[in-house]
Amino acid sequence: MCDLSTDGARHHPPTSLSCPAVSRCPQCRSFDRHPLGTDALGRDSLARLLYGTRISLLLAPAAALLSTLIAALLGSAAGFLGGRFERIVLAVTDLSLALPWLFLLLTVRAMLPLDVSPMVSVIIAFLMMGLLGWQASVRVICAAARGVRDSDFLLLARSSGCKPARLLLYHVAPNLRSLFYAQFWISIPLFILTEANLSILGLGVMEPMASWGNLLRGFEDFSALGANPWRLVPLVLLVIVVMCFQLVLPSQEVTQ
Amino acid sequence: MSKDQKATNMLHSALRRLLFLLCLAIGGAFVSATLVRFAPGYGVQERELDPRWSAQSIEALRQKQMLHEGLALYYLHYLSALAHGDLGESDSFKRPVRELLRQRLPVTGNSVVRGLGIAWLGAALLASLGLASRGWLYEASSTAFSSLLLSLPSAVVAMLAVQLRAPVFFAIGVVVFPRLHRYVRSLLVRSYDQPHVLAARARGLASGAIFFRHVLPISAPPLLALLGVSFTIAFGAAIPIEALCDSPGLGQLAWQAALSRDLPLIVNVTFIVSLVMFAANSLADLAGRAFSGSTP
Amino acid sequence: MKRLCVVLVLTLVLCGPSLVSAESASQSGGELHFCLRGEPKTFNPLLVEENASETVRYLTGGVLVRLNRQTQALEPGLAVSWKVSEDGRKITFRLRSGLHFSDGTPFTSEDVAYTMNALMDPQLHSPTGDSFRSGEGQVVVQTPSADVIVITFPAPVAGLERLFDQVAILSAHSPKKEMAVLGPFYVADYAPGSYVLLRRNTNYWKKDKEGKSLPYLDSIRLDIQRNHDIEILRFRRGEIHLINSLDADLFDRLQKESPAAAHDAGPSLDSEFVWFNQVPTAAFPEYKKIWFRSTEFRKAVSLAINRADLARIVYAGHAQPAYGPISPANHFWFNSTLPIPKYDSAAALRLLTQAGFRLEGETLRDSSGNRVEFTLVTSTGNKPREQMVTMIQQDLSQIGIKVNMVTLDFPSLIERITRTFDYEACLLGFTNTDLDPNSQMNVWLSSAENHQWNPKQSKPATAWEAEIDRLMQSQASSTSDKKRKADWDRLQQIVSEQQPFIYLVNKDAMSAISPAVVGSSPSVLDPHAFWNAEILRLGPDPALGAQK
Repeated sequence: MCDLSTDGARHHPPTSLSCPAVSRCPQCRSFDRHPLGTDALGRDSLARLLYGTRISLLLAPAAALLSTLIAALLGSAAGFLGGRFERIVLAVTDLSLALPWLFLLLTVRAMLPLDVSPMVSVIIAFLMMGLLGWQASVRVICAAARGVRDSDFLLLARSSGCKPARLLLYHVAPNLRSLFYAQFWISIPLFILTEANLSILGLGVMEPMASWGNLLRGFEDFSALGANPWRLVPLVLLVIVVMCFQLVLPSQEVTQ
Repeated sequence: MSKDQKATNMLHSALRRLLFLLCLAIGGAFVSATLVRFAPGYGVQERELDPRWSAQSIEALRQKQMLHEGLALYYLHYLSALAHGDLGESDSFKRPVRELLRQRLPVTGNSVVRGLGIAWLGAALLASLGLASRGWLYEASSTAFSSLLLSLPSAVVAMLAVQLRAPVFFAIGVVVFPRLHRYVRSLLVRSYDQPHVLAARARGLASGAIFFRHVLPISAPPLLALLGVSFTIAFGAAIPIEALCDSPGLGQLAWQAALSRDLPLIVNVTFIVSLVMFAANSLADLAGRAFSGSTP
Repeated sequence: MKRLCVVLVLTLVLCGPSLVSAESASQSGGELHFCLRGEPKTFNPLLVEENASETVRYLTGGVLVRLNRQTQALEPGLAVSWKVSEDGRKITFRLRSGLHFSDGTPFTSEDVAYTMNALMDPQLHSPTGDSFRSGEGQVVVQTPSADVIVITFPAPVAGLERLFDQVAILSAHSPKKEMAVLGPFYVADYAPGSYVLLRRNTNYWKKDKEGKSLPYLDSIRLDIQRNHDIEILRFRRGEIHLINSLDADLFDRLQKESPAAAHDAGPSLDSEFVWFNQVPTAAFPEYKKIWFRSTEFRKAVSLAINRADLARIVYAGHAQPAYGPISPANHFWFNSTLPIPKYDSAAALRLLTQAGFRLEGETLRDSSGNRVEFTLVTSTGNKPREQMVTMIQQDLSQIGIKVNMVTLDFPSLIERITRTFDYEACLLGFTNTDLDPNSQMNVWLSSAENHQWNPKQSKPATAWEAEIDRLMQSQASSTSDKKRKADWDRLQQIVSEQQPFIYLVNKDAMSAISPAVVGSSPSVLDPHAFWNAEILRLGPDPALGAQK
């Protein structure tokens, strides 16, 4: 198996181009130096693929964690407190689902200070995804919290004089824990796909960082693949990973 | 409660809900427009880089581009114009927004409806075939197939559609289909395993009769709710797909508006998109709640 | 049975002639298909600002004089002859008589007067009009007869006749206003977001050598297609007949598949360049401002960039290294006496050492010990530019300079370079449609908006910028092309010494033309592929028959 740590990469990181091993040889074919060929700038495709895999696979769970935390907080509070608060939360969820998110992403991209490092911009991209991806889980968590609210043990706790915050933290949340885990794992493939979509549109991870979506840009003309079929490898990897997640996870409610 | 009172109550609640939806949609449009207004690059145009312009012309250009009034006043004027049916004029297309929307909404509506049609047809077909042959081979292959489609980013689906000369609605259908298929399949399986359906089968009822008289009535409510959700998915997917396939619909309009910071267009497009999504969601909610007792 | 025969025969008799005539019609021209890269913002030729409207104007507008894109000489258009006065302020045109607009309205000098007055209206702001504004004062238009028109400007206008290639004449009286045109085609149909359909103007004045009226084509269909990859896909399928300007990598791919369709007309007038922000109030540290203002620093950066590699790798050989504002393709105005600097990192380092920088290991530091590092912004979505920045990063790292790349979408980028000046260095391209460099004046005048590295100066910040100002004033008011050339030669020399813009490459003019298009001869000047649209014709091509 490939070692995804920086030191393990056989080739120099694709962002530092002062390495003599990176040839000024675009679309290079020599197998021993560049097993998957080089891209249009002479950067080794295998190295870029490894780096892109690292970014996509390490930061998608981070975004999923963030979005699950937000959804857990909002959803359980809404379901538990019910009434007006629940209606407001659901309305806000609907609103943020309906908004075209690309305005926000364009804005954030343009507002970044110029000397921010590419890694920071990647982190910000995934932060944005996490902050915008919680809506799908909120409804499910809200419905579950509503169910817990009517259960006996909660009635007992409330009648013993527990404060709502304590109830939420110590009684409702632990019962919903398995649901939180499920939502977390379900969100990961969704975020991998979202990142791919955004990067293909140019709003996600930017050059010179590599990511799966990034490596798939400019695919409209598939005849280029005849010349270099290895360009499809990021897509194949992405599909395999997402399929694995989906086949292992339980099928859930249809979400966006 | 008499029938008349019930009817008027329902009408009132429907109207209240509609009003609430409209307010939400307008609110969403304003949030989105505010973001754009304060985004870097607002009021700046590529043509400023043309060296043939004289200094006075550039000044005049800039004056015209900036909003002379503050944002709040602009929204007020927009709302009052909206009451008269005037949606303003687009900065980047130089045409009334109403005309632009009138040309593009049917294109998107067409693609979405046809895409949904394909997706539902495909899901229903595959699910019923699965019911007919409950073998593990068929299950495994259909699951693999829909998983494969689900794992393709919608942008890649759009690019494939361009390459294969497939129409836009086909791409939308391919994106929605796998999400439907799983749910429809599990729903149908659960309905068929209900005790009364089993009893009907034991009594030797024809499969057609079983389906239409016993299975469909139970699964209809959640399927209706699913219809609403699938509509929002299709509509949401239509925007990036149309932008990538360069189809002259609402999606491409939204994309162009965002890139060129066209404030009047963004307000209106967000309003329409939010309204459509809310309406679909509410209908789905209503359908779900109306039949909430009978979900298997 | 008898009745059936009668019906069939009648049908044949009635439809026969139309079938025959339809065939002959398709042989005489056909419908040319190609794509516009954006929505045309206006059909009013006076207000044209961007490429798509410019294409429609080129094909529909009748002009007094036409610049032949191949020979680069002026040819008579609606004007049979013209004369510019000694002082360069007055121009007299003798017009053709007996011409009509596309809707039948007669053409006289009144229409030209109407057009010029509308163009010179101070309330109208358009690049075409602004090109004529050489000084304060009113433009006087006289029409001594229906065939003669005299236009007097308040101050001499450099390259006056050539500017009329951009002025499409409007009708003063026609009810159709700007839709009544004198060009080879007129706008027949427009579906916003979808296509523009142009049909042959039967009243077009031009005839070919045999006396047959032009244009040959029946119609031109312009589809609106922003995506370059989809455009070339459609070209490959035979859905469109030509692509006016092709990116280098797409050109390469096309050349491998169908070499007859790919045309490289040679280096164009377009250039790509880098500049450093020298605005005194910019928001980055003072020590960086000192670097960017230092001539040795800029010259060293220029020496350290391997332009040959940029042309070879980014443009697949379809570009030439550029060293100055005027492309070598512009034979008359290019200063060929200037020495061409070679790519030399060692010389760059020597220059930097002279300026007080020193190389410590892998990093370059200035005299105060700060690490030499800057951010280069460019526009997003433009692959060649992004690739060039990456290669510049590589080149400059060899002399210890660290370059960070940032891509921004165009509006944000323009805001930074024209309003907030919140950037350090920028890489952009310049699309030049005019041979006469006078149109670039607003780039070189230190008080102008487009003086990108330090615009709108109240007085020139450096001696060489002051000299450039003087040269610009001198060439604008001069009437002799030789004197103007001397001024522009000196400007090119100053630019080569001071490197305010570090020019990188001159792109080739690449276009794709299907072999079914007869009569095309791609040129270096825009529009490359269809500048002679009136004599283009679609020949018999089996691949096309299916698409009609």
